[in-house]
Amino acid sequence: MSELTKKSLTEIANLIKKKEIKSEELTQSFIKNIQKDKKLNSFITKCSELALKKAKDFDKKQKLDNLLPGIPIAVKDLFCTSGTKTTAGSKMLENFIPNYESTITNNLWNEGAFLLGKLNCDEYAMGSSNETSYFGNVMNPIAENTVPGGSSGGSASALAADLTPTTIGTDTGGSIRQPASFTGIVGLKPTYGLCSRWGIVAFASSLDQAGPMTKTVEDCALMLEAMAGFDEKDSTSINKKKENYSKNLTDKIKGLKIGIPKEYRVEGMPKEIDKLWENGKKILKDSGAEIVDISLPNTKYALPAYYIVAPAEASSNLARYDGVKYGFRSSKGNNLTEMYENTRSEGFGDEVKRRILIGTYVLSSGYYDAYYLKAQKVRQLIKNDFDQAFKKVDTILTPSTPSSAFKIGEKKDDPISMYLNDIFTVPVNLAGIPAISIPAGHDSNKFPLGLQLIGKPLDEQKLLNIAFAAEKKINFKQTLNRWWEK
Amino acid sequence: MSEKAEKYLINGEKGKWEVVIGLEVHAQVTSNSKLFSGSSTKFGAEPNTQVSLIDSAFPGMLPVINEYCIQQAIKTGLGLNAKINPYSVFDRKNYFYADLPQGYQISQYKNPIVGEGEITLDLPNGSKKIGIERLHLEQDAGKSIHDLDPSSTFVDLNRSGVALMEIVSKPDLRSPDEVNAYVKKLRSIMRYLGTCDGNMQEGSLRADVNVSVRKEGDAKLGTRCEIKNVNSIKFMQMAIIYEAKRQVELLESGKSIDQETRLFDTKKNETRSMRSKEDAHDYRYFPDPDLLPLNLDKKLIEKIKKDLPELPDEKKERFIKEYSLTPYEANVLVSEKEISNYFEEVIKTSDKKLAKNWIMGDLFASLNEKNISISESPVTAKKMAQLIDSISSGVISGRTAKEVFEIMKETGEDPKKIIESKGLQQKSDPKELEGIIDKILSDNKDKVDQYKSGKDKLFGFFVGQVMKVSGGKANPQLVNDILKKKLK
Repeated sequence: MSELTKKSLTEIANLIKKKEIKSEELTQSFIKNIQKDKKLNSFITKCSELALKKAKDFDKKQKLDNLLPGIPIAVKDLFCTSGTKTTAGSKMLENFIPNYESTITNNLWNEGAFLLGKLNCDEYAMGSSNETSYFGNVMNPIAENTVPGGSSGGSASALAADLTPTTIGTDTGGSIRQPASFTGIVGLKPTYGLCSRWGIVAFASSLDQAGPMTKTVEDCALMLEAMAGFDEKDSTSINKKKENYSKNLTDKIKGLKIGIPKEYRVEGMPKEIDKLWENGKKILKDSGAEIVDISLPNTKYALPAYYIVAPAEASSNLARYDGVKYGFRSSKGNNLTEMYENTRSEGFGDEVKRRILIGTYVLSSGYYDAYYLKAQKVRQLIKNDFDQAFKKVDTILTPSTPSSAFKIGEKKDDPISMYLNDIFTVPVNLAGIPAISIPAGHDSNKFPLGLQLIGKPLDEQKLLNIAFAAEKKINFKQTLNRWWEK
Repeated sequence: MSEKAEKYLINGEKGKWEVVIGLEVHAQVTSNSKLFSGSSTKFGAEPNTQVSLIDSAFPGMLPVINEYCIQQAIKTGLGLNAKINPYSVFDRKNYFYADLPQGYQISQYKNPIVGEGEITLDLPNGSKKIGIERLHLEQDAGKSIHDLDPSSTFVDLNRSGVALMEIVSKPDLRSPDEVNAYVKKLRSIMRYLGTCDGNMQEGSLRADVNVSVRKEGDAKLGTRCEIKNVNSIKFMQMAIIYEAKRQVELLESGKSIDQETRLFDTKKNETRSMRSKEDAHDYRYFPDPDLLPLNLDKKLIEKIKKDLPELPDEKKERFIKEYSLTPYEANVLVSEKEISNYFEEVIKTSDKKLAKNWIMGDLFASLNEKNISISESPVTAKKMAQLIDSISSGVISGRTAKEVFEIMKETGEDPKKIIESKGLQQKSDPKELEGIIDKILSDNKDKVDQYKSGKDKLFGFFVGQVMKVSGGKANPQLVNDILKKKLK
């Protein structure tokens, strides 16, 4: 394996800028790693030839003043890529080739990067273990038969295994941060509206947000800089000036106040995670930050509210997959209704169906007020909790997940226990605020554990700075035996 | 005329029944592009040639509101004397159909852009105010074509996403004639505003008609049926007449009305049940998370208000005042923007009274006869003005003018040219006329004597003779004057 693929994105970009390596060489190294993806199953579509061609094109006329010069990037298969299959991990879109490019991927390509492949994910991003993908489950490079988390499980796995120098995911209830935590990488969910949703297969529109997944905080700043920006094609996009996150990155966090919410100390949480959290506090204190105890009293309502709002929106967003215009259509059925029923029964997997059912139910007349409307009110309360907290503190520190990565199949038949995985990540999506997960240690199995920093709306720079400071002191080391290559 | 005599009632076997009607008019917003996409809205294009990725609901596509359509809705709301809601919300109305690509229609449910308003109808027995419940914006669906193939349905998405205004009236209408007046008034207001072309043949204006009946004098409303998607005033009226009769018959035979959605079969002239209340769709309305709530700037509303054109009601008042028209005449002349423009153009140079009479008389008759609109008339306002001027200045008589108009309405020719080429100018030379009159008087001495001895009626005979000799071209006023003088 080439040492090149182990490097951070920032290092690689600098090597290219200094003309010490060529894009072709770099791309070849990653393609070589990708060829051994079989057991990980992190790729749905490999774009090796296309990527090599792009790399050669780049090398011919190097444009080095971009953020991502000549960098091959594999992305979650939820981003529509023009001319390349975009499946959303579903049989429904198994052969769907868009003729348009999502704003986010387009932003990356405009900074000099190009597509390396499309990464596995839970079907329509619905899942916390990447076990709902029509294209099979993904394994975590930390150990065989272990889940990488979800829904951006393929992204996390591919990045941790050095199959791509950086990647992007989407986070509706923790789908970037939870797999980041499970695989020992950095994952950021930006403020809702910072990154355009245009061209991303929708799961739950009011919660979905694209974000970077990287090996280091510095890489994360660089990627966010490339991705973020106002998009007039997305009505929920925030119209604000672009920021230079990477240039302004600093580990000087003296005097910043870090909140510790007591409600995140949940029953049955492993001691190791508690220890990790304590260690995080200590590190930030050592860096000059002040630790403040805070309360987010409505936290316990977040998960139930999320599992009403997200399925409700999903049930409507997924209505378009009806077999009429594109995607899978069942050959069975004698009339329109039967065609719909068969197409959607055969085309969607169980988890997607479960959420469509829940969503349809909570929006039904007679139930709307009791479920959907109430969940929206809870959402407001959770947002208020954070608003109150941010009057006292700059950032909130919590564990990213209540456990480390679990075994494939372990929670598959227990949706509630699966949903509980998102308990620390979901409130952030409901409030529309940014949060980052950074690798912060290992449990007794040597499985990575992550810490989450939650920030005020559009306060990504501060989040990145604190994460940067913590990262230096934590000095996390990824220990992989590369079992999947054997 | 008493109110009562005008009341539209259905005479059942067991008494008189009043019909209560409310309309949900779907008016296509005049706009070059669709409500949430940049696709063209032009009518009559090849199927599926005006469809964007958004209109066909491709994965990851997002709606972006067309600001112009918002302004058009505000304009229409102001034209309906309605409250403009500074805060409104777009909701998703969820249902499956082949020509509904998203699986939901973006509409406005709890918070429409326009609230309550009212319009005034001019009816034969006076004016009547009809309440407007609300106006909201929504997307149109595509079109399913079932008759091109025996086993397949084709879908045309050109209309998918086109902006519609749904204008809901209060149940204030009481007869097919009131419905006619209401739809025409609504159409007229929107055409004045330029917010909907009102073209019913192209589907720019359609209505769902809610009909119920109640015993005359009852205060409580009866159970209503909704007749879906009726696309002409005539069909609305036919559907109402049929439906009201059906309901009266049911009630008089002791049965009850089921609240249901019905279809009007234009060929059989009957309404048929489409789905009952139990089968009604549960549309699972909820706010569209892809769109932020609409917060209207007060300044925008004020600006649109300031720039509103003169509307039919104001114009009518002005016509009555400025041009001394009767309310009826003013009503007719303002009913369509084009007619009022025509009238005002003619009277810029020409006699008002003649203009009014000619437009409402011969011109309207010719338009009716040819089934064309005033803007398609070969007799333009300019030519009409010339014709009228020829009358006022005595070049031709009113009677000759009719002859000239007959040619104009067919050929669109200039009246002056017609008069000249046919030699239709009046004889207005007193000397020439005196010569003719002297000859007639000397040829008819006996009649002159009779006249002088008191048989006044013979005056008409002399006029007739002059006209006959002059080929109808003698100036009648002059003939009168000269004759009177000579017969003294």
